[in-house]
This record gives sequence, structure tokens and C-alpha cells, in this order.
Amino acid sequence: DIDDVGHKYYLELELEDVLDKDSTVNCTAEVLYHLGNKNIAPDVQFTLEGEPKNTDEADNIFYNRIKNLEKELVAENIPDSHGNVPPEMEPIRLLAWVASGYVIWQNSTENTKLQLAQIKHVKQVKRSDEYLEFDYMILLHDTVSQEIIPWQMTVLWHPQHGVQVTQDSRQPKHASG
Amino acid sequence: DQVFHIVPETFQQVQHLQHLCSTLLLDLWKPQLPEDIRTGEDLHIRVPAPLVQKMKDSLDHHMISYKVLIPDLQKLVDQSMPKERRSHRQVPEGYIYTQYHPMEEIYQWMTQIQKNNSELVTQHHLGKTIENREMYYLQISQPSDKTKKIIWMDCGIHAREWISPAFCQWFVKEILQNYKSDPKISRFLQNLDLYVLPVLNIDGYIYSWEKDRLWRKNRSPHMNGTCYGTDLNRNFNSSWGTVGVSYNCSSETFCGSGPESEPETRAVAQFIERKKSDILCYLTIHSYGQYILTPYGSTTKPPSNSEELMHVAEKAAAALMGKHGTSYKVGSTSLILYSNSGSSRDWAHMIGIPFSYTFELRDNGTHGFVLPVDQIQPTCEETM
Repeated sequence: DIDDVGHKYYLELELEDVLDKDSTVNCTAEVLYHLGNKNIAPDVQFTLEGEPKNTDEADNIFYNRIKNLEKELVAENIPDSHGNVPPEMEPIRLLAWVASGYVIWQNSTENTKLQLAQIKHVKQVKRSDEYLEFDYMILLHDTVSQEIIPWQMTVLWHPQHGVQVTQDSRQPKHASG
Repeated sequence: DQVFHIVPETFQQVQHLQHLCSTLLLDLWKPQLPEDIRTGEDLHIRVPAPLVQKMKDSLDHHMISYKVLIPDLQKLVDQSMPKERRSHRQVPEGYIYTQYHPMEEIYQWMTQIQKNNSELVTQHHLGKTIENREMYYLQISQPSDKTKKIIWMDCGIHAREWISPAFCQWFVKEILQNYKSDPKISRFLQNLDLYVLPVLNIDGYIYSWEKDRLWRKNRSPHMNGTCYGTDLNRNFNSSWGTVGVSYNCSSETFCGSGPESEPETRAVAQFIERKKSDILCYLTIHSYGQYILTPYGSTTKPPSNSEELMHVAEKAAAALMGKHGTSYKVGSTSLILYSNSGSSRDWAHMIGIPFSYTFELRDNGTHGFVLPVDQIQPTCEETM
């Protein structure tokens, strides 16, 4: 408890690579939830002990595949009702996961527990520069309220420059179609 | 089975064909009725396999020319089914427990399970859903002269938690396949009866297959049909409507218009109330989160047998972890998860059932409700 400021949490975490369970990195973090104002994202400071695995090769393969598509990528329901994700959509799903992490961070309080539930729709937006751009409609699940919250997010990615969420907005409940 | 194409040429032929239809009880595809058979018009009849030769002989004898339109109907049917579901639809011997099944198939499965295991299993009617569907539970009971205590387990109270009904089906299968050979299970059944409700929220489950995969509640209409669904796990008469609920139909945790306002809730509650003096343990299966939750959600005050409840739950979590290393958290709902009133688990304990638990199965949020099919087996194995 920090008087007049908020609640601070000190965390020791082990980060595990989703694609390689043996690859782990230790992490320490401090999270400060601000008192009162629900519109400010919690402050996060973190330190990684070591480095995550190098993924340049896989990144470049994915990057080139998308860059070379004749028509812009479009997809729905990832995963499908049975939890299946076509292998070529795995990177699209992982990208959404990372990007949704940002959205979740920006919208978390001590009373939320948000997870990415499903990608309803994703559409690639062609760009003239080197970045890849995807327009996602995702569904977030909040364990505390049990609500399913549709959210639109525009995601930029480049192998060397990483992920950016350039725009995101909460959607009305029936917007996901 | 074969489908024949015939164009009757004379009135006598028409009469004979009508006669064949009624005596052999043939399935007329075109026209709809025997009295509509006409000379010069196409006739399509399905002939069951054992009668095919008899049919051909009779047609030949009456000099009626025919063509076989479909020489193997079953093959055609199989080909038109999506690959994975094909030949395994009907029979539990071929029933794929590592797949999610729509309600139609679960109904059929229950019937087959009882049929194939009639010495142990009986199917019983529990009530009807708001959309008028039948609710059934399976009773697994070894014939004996002593009255046995009951363990009740229900699955699928929340529509989107597909792994839950999958587990109930798996559970039944495991018991029935192994009760003769597995000494633990066999001892179990000597002393206990198992009552399993594979899908409690049938309407919601169907809705999650057909319309909205992430639907949670039942399908009761409110506000003149502009809003649907009560959260059945907020609808029981356990401190109903006090905490962790919404009074607004548009919320996922809408507790309904009153305790037990929903037919599904009433069906379960009335049955359990009647049998409560014999029920030792109430289990309700959910996902996700990997928890074994003890009462209460509506208050942090511990239940009277809290120590024993925790002890048993901790042993269960340890056994579960022993299978695939999956870790489950154990504790009272209000302390480790969130507060909520009107849950079936709280209600069961409040009316006197000593052991009452909510299981939240895999996973931890990575896939959440949309757990991939390749996790059905490990999840069910460890939970078993």
C-alpha cells in the first residue's frame, strides 16, 4: 500500500517461451496500480535476467511469406470452435497474443483478469513501407466479470522493429458479429 | 441399401409397385406417397439391403424395367459426412471421446451407453430446459442389497466450457470400461452410486455450437425477447443475488429473476433436494482456470467441515498433478477466485451435502474456453 498513490506489487517471474518450453528467462517486475483513477494503465517496470531466444530466422520466414502474398491475408475465428489453428495462422495468432498483451495492460485494474479468448477476424492492410499491418477484431475474456469484450486493434510488426499497437478501441458487445 | 429408378409403363405395373411398397414397407423417395405413382413418371424407391434381391426378382417377374440409381447408399452417406465424424456417430464402441460432440450426438451416446451397459447404467429424466429440451442423467449403480451413498456430478452448466461435458462422457466411459478389471473402481461401485449429468445447460450448449462459441448462460428470454440468458451458476438458492452477480440481463452473470427462476436450475435442485440425505458428494465441472474450489463463494466464512474439505481437495490436486504435471490451485472460491452467490456448489453444501466441489479444468488462459481437441485426453486422464 502506498498512501495516496496506489498498490504496488513486487513480482518474481519465470518467462517461458511458448514455442519452446525449455527456453526460460527469469524476470523481476514492479507493478503499480494507481489509486482511484481507472483510466490510467498500471505502471510496470521489469528486468530480464538474460535474453529470450533468438527468433530471427522464423521471423524472416514469416515476414517474407506475408510480404509476398498476392492478396491481403484475411482470416476468421482463430482458433476455431474446436481449438484448432491452421499451422500457417500460428504466427498471426501469436502476434495477436502479444498485441493483446498491450491492450490488456492498458486496460487492467486490480479487479480485472483479462485474457485473449479468440481472434474473430483479422485483415492485412497493405503498406508501402516495410512494416506489416494487421487489423484485428479480438475477443477478450475477463475472468472476474465473465464478460466477453470485443476489441479492435491495429497492429504493426517488423522483424527488427517489433510489435506496435497503433490503434485500439473497445467495441460494443454485439459488434463481433 | 439401394435406390431404384423405375418408370412404370402400364397401370398394372403401377398397381404392382404400389403393392410392393406397402408389403415390403419400402421407402418411397419420389413421389412421396404410393397413391401418387403414375405411368410415365419417375419413381425412386430405397430398398433395404436384405430385400434387394427379392425386389429385383419381383420386378423381373412382372417385366418391370428398372435402373439402380444408387448401388450403395451407406457409402454415399459416409462420403457426405465431414471426415472425422463419419462412422463414429452412432456407436459408443466407435465413439470418439477425444473430440467435442454436439448435443444430438450426446443424446445418442447416452442411449447407447445405457443399452450397452444395461446391467449397470440407467438413463433418467430430470426435467426440461427453457427451450423444452429433455434433460437426462445417467445412473451408474451396481446391483446390491444395500442402499448406497451417491456421488453426483454435473457438467456443462456454462455453455462455452466444452471440455466439461467432454469430461463427463470420458468419466462414464472409463468407469464402464474398467469397473471389472480395476480394483479401485470396483470397490467404489460396491459402496457408491454415480449419477452423471453430462450437459446441464443444454440450450446454451447447442447455442455455443450453432451461433456463439463463447455463450455462457442459458437461453431464457427477457425483456420481451430483447435479451437472453441467466447464469445458471448464479441462480441457485444460496444467498441468491447478493454478491458477484448482475441484475441486468445483458450481463454474463445475470442471476435471473429470482432463485431457481430457471427450469434447468429447478430440475437439478429438486432432484438433489429429494436425494440429499443419500448424497455424499456434489461435483460440478467447469473450465477454465485449473482450480478445485470449495464452498463458499458468497462469503469468506468457512464451511463447518472446512478442514476435511480442503484435505480431500488437496489430495485430489496432488493426484491430478501426478498424471501430467498439471498444477491446480485449491481453496475456497471467495478467497482464491472471486465472490459469487447463487452457485450450485454453495447451495449443495448449504442443504447438507458434506463434500461439494467446483472443478475448473484446463487451461490457465492460453486457450481458455476454446481448448484444443488434443488436450481433451490429457485433461480427462488427469482429472479422472
